[in-house]
Amino acid sequence: MSLEVDVELRLGEMTLAARFATAGRLTALFGRSGAGKTSLVNVIAGLTRPDRGRIAVDGTVLVDTIRGIHLPPHRRRIGYVFQEGRLFPHLTVRQNLTYGRWFKPVAARWGSFDGVVDMLGIGALLDRRPALLSGGEKQRVAIGRALLSSPRLLLMDEPLAALDEARKAEILPYIERLRDEAGVPIVYVSHAVSEVARLAATVVLLAAGRVVATGDAVAVLGRLDLMPAAGGREGGAVLEATVARHDDRYDLTILACAGGEVVVPRLDRPPGSPARLRIQARDVMIATAEPHGISAQNVLRGQVAEIGQPSGGGVDIRLDCGGQVLLASLTRRAVDQLDLHPGLAVFAVVKTVALADS
Amino acid sequence: MLELTPEELTAVRLSLKVALWATVVSLPFGILIAWALARGRFWGRSVLNGLVHLPLILPPVVTGYILLLLFGRRGPIGQFLAEAFGIVIAFRWTGAVLACAVMGFPLLVRAIRLSIEAVDVRLEEAAGTLGAHPLWVFATVTLPLSLPGIIAGAILGFAKAMGEFGATITFVSNIPGETQTLPSAIYTLTQIPGGDAGAMRLTAISVAISLGALLASEWLARIVERRIRRS
Repeated sequence: MSLEVDVELRLGEMTLAARFATAGRLTALFGRSGAGKTSLVNVIAGLTRPDRGRIAVDGTVLVDTIRGIHLPPHRRRIGYVFQEGRLFPHLTVRQNLTYGRWFKPVAARWGSFDGVVDMLGIGALLDRRPALLSGGEKQRVAIGRALLSSPRLLLMDEPLAALDEARKAEILPYIERLRDEAGVPIVYVSHAVSEVARLAATVVLLAAGRVVATGDAVAVLGRLDLMPAAGGREGGAVLEATVARHDDRYDLTILACAGGEVVVPRLDRPPGSPARLRIQARDVMIATAEPHGISAQNVLRGQVAEIGQPSGGGVDIRLDCGGQVLLASLTRRAVDQLDLHPGLAVFAVVKTVALADS
Repeated sequence: MLELTPEELTAVRLSLKVALWATVVSLPFGILIAWALARGRFWGRSVLNGLVHLPLILPPVVTGYILLLLFGRRGPIGQFLAEAFGIVIAFRWTGAVLACAVMGFPLLVRAIRLSIEAVDVRLEEAAGTLGAHPLWVFATVTLPLSLPGIIAGAILGFAKAMGEFGATITFVSNIPGETQTLPSAIYTLTQIPGGDAGAMRLTAISVAISLGALLASEWLARIVERRIRRS
């Protein structure tokens, strides 16, 4: 699948001018609140008309203002999972799920009802009305409803934003299954670095209505200049790793990544399986000599690759640990005291390693 | 005292028939126009809105007279209907239906329009992204969700038709058995000596029917509401 977007739209004070192309399975439309993410998905879904531009999915033109093409939403075959679910209150869960199926010829349908219900774990809810569902259940039904309308592209607009942490943790695995099993490309809108790091293969980073970066998630999230747009204090690098071995005595798992070994609390996966890590920039300390007598378990050897623009009292630093990018947030004073400069060999002490996937 | 005379019974029956037909005939148009006013973005929307509300502010006699001018035997529409289809409605019970429908229309449209406006547009958008054509969205989302308002509007129109007097008597006169509805019959009885008892009986019936309609609408709306929001 391929999605090409090149649109302009005036939104009050801001102009949304977004241009990107992606062929990824899950593309994250990422940026802070107010960056224009929802407006952009609404344009892709056809709920908003762009002032100028062109949108094509797999070569099918949905919008082309020059040629006067503007396909109405119901003819786009784009599924949309809204932030607030938007289930039909007068229909049961089952009727909500099958709603989109009425409008598809049998030949254009894919995905079996039972398969989708199983995948999302909503079999017990089928005869209920949306009013009685929890927030997490509503979102799963909304995902199923969009999926069962046999879309060629699935838009998800911050489907977890209205949920608490426990509900988020409940739904994320379903979205991962969706990404890996359903075979429908997903455009996933989010302002949360952790979700993007966990789910996305491709990232389109938006700031103030403009696309500031597009590309591989690990590469985009590891760029120093994009930190402010990508999450500020939440920002950090994403590392690809594989499970090396388990330490049964201390209930730990040792992961191997390009920069060395990283120890995390025990993971329930066999050696050799992949894992994605997210290390927040504020959780990284830098030492110029190999540290001893320190409780932190993870010390990675690397060198300073780039020192960012200071903002306030802080500076962000990009480290190269054997080809793996690591970001660190330090104070300006620390940078001066240690005399950090590009090329300097250092040790990165990582306080907390968060697992981006699970 | 409580026994109705045959004439009075005829008036009650006729009124029910006229009001029922007036409601049934105007309902589809009412829903259509309410939808257009609630969701439509077209030129002349405020003109249409004004036109629909006109019978509410015009003296009923004036509305009746305009109907007579248009639909009378020599009126442009009345003449066309008579020549092309052999349909005559002036001074017939069907004319009373038209008069009642026109007079009740603003109330009907208003109630339905409000309930359509109360339906969340975002649900309609969601239906669109699932592949539903706008007409299907209307039939499967907007209409069921605004059903309580549609029922309320229909009952309001019915009650208005039961009580319509000015436009009816001006347009189709006061012919016993053909166009003499309940209000016309009460009016006639108050004009003749010794008619008080009959007028009282019909008044009681009129109050009972109106009250019954009101209660029925509340009851129906509650059932529908429960069905829509049911857990």
